[in-house]
Amino acid sequence: MSVNQGAATGESRETQQLEKLAQQKRPNKFVKMLRNNGTFILFCLPGALWMIFFFYIPVFANVVAFKEFHFSPNGFIDSLITSPWVGWKNFEFLFKSNDAWLITRNTVLYNVGFITLNLIISVFFAIVMSMLRNGRLTKLYQTWMLLPYFLSWVIISYFVYAFLSPDKGLINSMIVATGGKRINWYIEPMYWPYILLFIGTWKGIGYNSILYFATVMGIDPTYFEAAEVDGANKWQQIKHITLPSLIPLMTLMTILAVGRIFSADFGLFYNVPMQSGSLYNVTQVFDTYVFKGLKATGDLGMSSAASLFQSTVGFVVLMVSNAVVRHIDPESALF
Amino acid sequence: MEATPQEPKKKKSRISAVDVRSFGKGSNIVFNIIVFLFALSCLLPFFFVVIISLTSENALTVNGYQLWPKEWSISAYTFLAQNGAQLLRSLGVTVFITVFGTIINTTITSTYAYSISRSNFKFKRFFTIFCLITMLFAPGMVANYIVVTNLLHLNDTIWALILPMAMSPFNAIVMRTFFKRQVSDSIIEAARIDGASETRILLQIVLPLAVPGIATISLFAALGFWNDWFNALLYIQNDNLVPLQYYLMRIQSNIEMLTKNLGAGSQYASSLAAVPKEATRMAMVVISTVPIVITYPFFQKYFVKGLTIGGVKE
Repeated sequence: MSVNQGAATGESRETQQLEKLAQQKRPNKFVKMLRNNGTFILFCLPGALWMIFFFYIPVFANVVAFKEFHFSPNGFIDSLITSPWVGWKNFEFLFKSNDAWLITRNTVLYNVGFITLNLIISVFFAIVMSMLRNGRLTKLYQTWMLLPYFLSWVIISYFVYAFLSPDKGLINSMIVATGGKRINWYIEPMYWPYILLFIGTWKGIGYNSILYFATVMGIDPTYFEAAEVDGANKWQQIKHITLPSLIPLMTLMTILAVGRIFSADFGLFYNVPMQSGSLYNVTQVFDTYVFKGLKATGDLGMSSAASLFQSTVGFVVLMVSNAVVRHIDPESALF
Repeated sequence: MEATPQEPKKKKSRISAVDVRSFGKGSNIVFNIIVFLFALSCLLPFFFVVIISLTSENALTVNGYQLWPKEWSISAYTFLAQNGAQLLRSLGVTVFITVFGTIINTTITSTYAYSISRSNFKFKRFFTIFCLITMLFAPGMVANYIVVTNLLHLNDTIWALILPMAMSPFNAIVMRTFFKRQVSDSIIEAARIDGASETRILLQIVLPLAVPGIATISLFAALGFWNDWFNALLYIQNDNLVPLQYYLMRIQSNIEMLTKNLGAGSQYASSLAAVPKEATRMAMVVISTVPIVITYPFFQKYFVKGLTIGGVKE
């Protein structure tokens, strides 16, 4: 009996509690929302804060391109408010100088070169490696090819220096040994477009070819079997089976790269030529130009104008290339 | 039950697949040579630098950098062992920002990715778009510089080397797809019904399933921190906070920096000319590269897997 009683009171207490809870919950939607989503919001908070400070505020800080900016000791807001507006003046200066044309030309041409070389060479290596008979050897090659991708541009620039150093470099020693004349690599602009294209492509081939390699290995082998039975040779198999299955990834990689056609890899253009002044005509790109204005010459106006120009055109190019791809093949588009 | 009769068939098709896809014997040799040569070109510069660091300074002055030097020497390494205070300092900075930064980056990125991957999170759309927008537009170097120095006042602090890389929005989006694919809603629903809190679900159910993805993003983060010289170039003047890569950059443009802090008691103090500068510089390149060279073949597995874990789109 006592057990029964206990159960009954327990039950009534429970219903009472439930009613109380229901009363508390119903009027306060916010608390309910917080109870269901609070943990997630908490998880998102650090990331969101980071993006506010390292993306959203900097985006608005781009107004400095329209100001004659000085750093105020009273902080960021004060610097922004007290710097006077100058309208489009910074841009006018930028476009009147030869620099604007030079850095745009260099950045775009180098990127066109990188996109083309990267596409052709990575796809070539991916297909070739997928067809080598010894799988273990293929894996070894891939490991070797990845090494430059993992190293910083500082290290790569030392590597390049070991070959190109004017008095100690391996290449000059070889030239002298065969009776030629030393070349002072770091002051001869004519070689640098090729050197930079080579180094920039070489560093990324391992990574890119593995990306394509994974896709090639994912092709259903029965396609190749059927082609073999029908009498297709290796080249025909590549042309009609392998390449068509790589096209979506090739398109994706190319739009991604085209969207970044106005940004250059700062390390490649800053470290590898060792900031040699006589090479500026062939090594100056947006990023190095902006950096020079920011840190070396202190010409913040021009530098911020170049930076905003770069970001804006880059954004437009990304949007346009994505729209074009979406028009041709919606599956390959980014968004 | 069904697997047993299928197994021999599967094996057979795999063998024929190798034959069908591969080159004939003759062209196999030709293409092996081509790939080998390129792969060698990726490895050779590293070994070349190792050899230079083991060449005697005298041989370097007379013959330049050689693939097989006339005179070997470990003087660069003994010099560094005795006078490597700045190197040790920089190594310490690099190790610290790599370890600490990777933990922060991985935590922030994966918790963010996890939240926006969950279908019952009310604001998942908002936070996804909030993150996607950051990939469309680059705020630019100048704007970032102004915010970091003038608003956050991180100039010449260790935070200037950590915070700018404390999260990667792109990885967050990739991880979101990964979480969605790897962790099914039904498992989470079951845990919720059993009364597990969201934190507990993340730690005990989702994390073990997400190890490959988290390994991949922490790998990228660690590499990013280890290889970073750019933030130091922008924000660091204090010698005590110079990371390894930036230190290498400084002595590349000015080799005399190597002898800057030589103690008065050092055996080189009397004759600075005796310092094996060229070899020492290369020895430092070797020291900062060796950790990567030794470890990356082991994490390559994760890395290659990570490349294919998830496109940006679902």
